[in-house]
Amino acid sequence: MSYPQNHTNEDSVILTEKLSKTYEGIVPVKAVNQVDLEVKKGEFIALVGPSGSGKTTLLNLLGGLDSPTSGSVIIHNQDIAQLTKNQLIDFRLRNIGFVFQAYNLIPVLTARENVEFVMLLQKIPVEVRNARVDQLLKEVGLSEQANKKPSKLSGGQQQRVAVARALASKPQFVLADEPTANLDSKTAFNLLDMMAKLNEDEGITFIFSTHDQRVIERAKRVITLVDGSLESDIVKEVLVA
Amino acid sequence: MIIKLAWRNLWRNRKRTIITSASVVFAVLLAIFLNSLKEGILVRMQENVVSFYTGAIQVHRLGYWDDQTIENTFEVNDELINSIELNGKVTDMIPRLESFGLTASEQNSRGSLIVGIDPEKERVVTKIDQKVVAGSYLSAQDQAAMITSGLAEYLKLTIGDTLVIIGQGYHGVSAAGKYPIKGILDFASPQLNKSLVYLPLEQAQQLFGADGRLSALVLEIDKISDAEEITFNLSSSIQSDFEVMNWKTLLPELDQIIEGERAENVIFLLVLYMLISFGIFGTILMMTMERKYEFGVLVAIGMKKIKLSSVVVFENVLVSLLGAFVGTVLSVPIIGYFNKYPIKVSGDLKEAYEQYGFEPVFYFSIEPPIFYSQTFIVLLIALVLSIYPVIKIGRLDPVNAMRD
Repeated sequence: MSYPQNHTNEDSVILTEKLSKTYEGIVPVKAVNQVDLEVKKGEFIALVGPSGSGKTTLLNLLGGLDSPTSGSVIIHNQDIAQLTKNQLIDFRLRNIGFVFQAYNLIPVLTARENVEFVMLLQKIPVEVRNARVDQLLKEVGLSEQANKKPSKLSGGQQQRVAVARALASKPQFVLADEPTANLDSKTAFNLLDMMAKLNEDEGITFIFSTHDQRVIERAKRVITLVDGSLESDIVKEVLVA
Repeated sequence: MIIKLAWRNLWRNRKRTIITSASVVFAVLLAIFLNSLKEGILVRMQENVVSFYTGAIQVHRLGYWDDQTIENTFEVNDELINSIELNGKVTDMIPRLESFGLTASEQNSRGSLIVGIDPEKERVVTKIDQKVVAGSYLSAQDQAAMITSGLAEYLKLTIGDTLVIIGQGYHGVSAAGKYPIKGILDFASPQLNKSLVYLPLEQAQQLFGADGRLSALVLEIDKISDAEEITFNLSSSIQSDFEVMNWKTLLPELDQIIEGERAENVIFLLVLYMLISFGIFGTILMMTMERKYEFGVLVAIGMKKIKLSSVVVFENVLVSLLGAFVGTVLSVPIIGYFNKYPIKVSGDLKEAYEQYGFEPVFYFSIEPPIFYSQTFIVLLIALVLSIYPVIKIGRLDPVNAMRD
């Protein structure tokens, strides 16, 4: 399902139009309310706001993990609401990288195998897989820990592996839901440095939800959500395409 | 990848996997033991009665089986022999003339079944000669008799003593004869031991005034399991004044006993496997609940639900097959030992068995299906129980799974 080209420009990775999500209940909750958003290639975005402001819901909608009540999410000219559940899974595999708050990794696989996993799902040839895993583990500084299982890695190292895995499929963008929430300051800084470097050097688009002031300070664009609505959208510096 | 992931997941909770597999090991071991014992006893019973007595298939004159008198005997003709020989699965034909008569010694008398046999053919096919426990086996030229041990004991006769037979012969002639006892037979089945007398066929025909006549042609076949098919084929090809019967018709009680025992065994195994299934299901239930978040992450990052379901099904199949494999391997030496050295029942239990006509020995069968059928059952259980996590994964919403 292609979306008309005139809705996006060439640099757009994500475009939302009046995106809303309401959780039905005795009292319906508008978790995301009429959000219009455009994310361009190479952006480094922090999604901030108080607890319950709709950050995670918005990330889930952008990642195709949840379906909107109304409005649309267009990723690379594709309205993802039009995809079937199976198509969505495949779409996520090929276009979106995820880093979750915790327990991200498959515990029975080594760091190397975890990174390789999404490429196996994509049926990428073994030689290409091996080369990319080596490169990614080097980029996240974990070449030495490649054969360790997650239980043998620290929290920060696990999140680095998660970032490497998120990048393994060469996604359009990476969504990270509070990636530093369970990390100490030093580890959180290291992780942020690494993500910022990947953004700078390789132009990878990152969108992360956070409460963490340290993360907000490193972001190039800060989007604030309050009660599900966009309250502010501040670009801190001119992005290099 | 699926197998690798499933195998590693199996050992995430080592204790739980070992306990679950151990329950399967126990079930498989017990099932194989009981199946082997039951089949061993039943097949032995079947062999005792069928192989040593009725044979797998008999051909009679039409109506003989309902009215087993000497009047319903027949003379063999070429057409009959040709019809039987045309069926390639019949390996031999054994002529018999059977009738009832009063057997007596100086002290006692008892109604017995007098069986005229071709000693040489019986030796080859039914191996009755192996049952001789005293004296020697008959030859076709002998003017002597062999009797079973129970009858010998009752009539207080031994080798060389004279057995008197009185009865009614063909067309109402009186049948009477005196025969020295050449051999005493001992059958495993106490029922058979009570009242059987064997004479050479010619002697029996003379006794009953039925020269050249037979009551049955016993057909020898390679596999007793083919008996029904051969019976069906012969029934349609043979002359209409003959009847063809297999052992299931000749001995319906035996067939019922065997089928009843097998059905009882199936019910027991059903209960056993049901109990084990609950154990395995408990493990699957816990595993599914515990890994909900992980399943959510895997679907979120792009693992198709069908692939994820395959991993979980493989896990269940692997843990079950592991148990089935170990159980089967452990059972081999145990069953092998008891197959070689069957358990001989003694004391009151032995008497009770004999009283009911059963051989007081517990035989164990080593037929391959007894072993591998358990693996198939366990595999089936694992697959059926896997339906639950597969449904759960099918309905899984990654957002809810990760939120919970």
